[in-house]
Amino acid sequence: MRENKHHVPETVERLLDSTLESVDSAEELALGLAERAGFDDDDLMKIGMAVRESMVNAVVHGNRYNANKKVHFSVTHSPENLTIRVADEGEGFDVESLPDPLAPENLMRTSGRGIFLIRSFMDEFDIRRRERGGMEMTLVKHSGSK
Amino acid sequence: MSVKLNTRQVGDVSVVDVAGRITLGEGSAALREAMRDLIAKNQKKILLNLGEVNYIDSSGIGELVSGFTSVSNSGGTLKLLNLNKRVKDLLQITKLYTVFDVHEDEAGAIRSF
Repeated sequence: MRENKHHVPETVERLLDSTLESVDSAEELALGLAERAGFDDDDLMKIGMAVRESMVNAVVHGNRYNANKKVHFSVTHSPENLTIRVADEGEGFDVESLPDPLAPENLMRTSGRGIFLIRSFMDEFDIRRRERGGMEMTLVKHSGSK
Repeated sequence: MSVKLNTRQVGDVSVVDVAGRITLGEGSAALREAMRDLIAKNQKKILLNLGEVNYIDSSGIGELVSGFTSVSNSGGTLKLLNLNKRVKDLLQITKLYTVFDVHEDEAGAIRSF
């Protein structure tokens, strides 16, 4: 971790196992940095939930709990933004093929709301295939955004 | 333990008091198990009291939907009680708030079955 008083971004990076414990660890790391950055309780709840959903996606749907695959996790705080990156080593998927969880025919589905919730809780969201395989999600919360 | 569940009987209504976190893993599994038990015991009126639930993720929401569908398919009714703001907001943004019959008062909820 790097920390300074000159507005240089503070970054935490981890290579995490494909386990549910890693979901808790990532949430804790992101919330620790977000709290130090001054985000309020409402934003902390949204950031925590978005991190959990992105980590669950990477561990469960991306790496499928495979012990040989890792989740690449980083969280950076600059004066403007909190930026979280979550990348898995799975097969990857076509983002366009994800069903709309708000469509009437999908409302009673028991899964498929994770990415929708991330989009709802963060100011910016991007998901793309990694060149080395798997997916990378980038989540951004603006400092002082309301 | 991320979640604690306690089932009590009020007349012919099974009230399930849920406390803690309903998230992927223990929390969701415990709720699923409780619903299965009640359906297996042929309980037709189930009231989920979520007043002490402080966190729910997409897996937890999926478990609520699954419980609602399973109870309905077995000829019963599942209702929700005491949603805090966080859970209520989540059900609203996922457009599920109107799917569930949500109550704020236990006695009223029990009478409504």
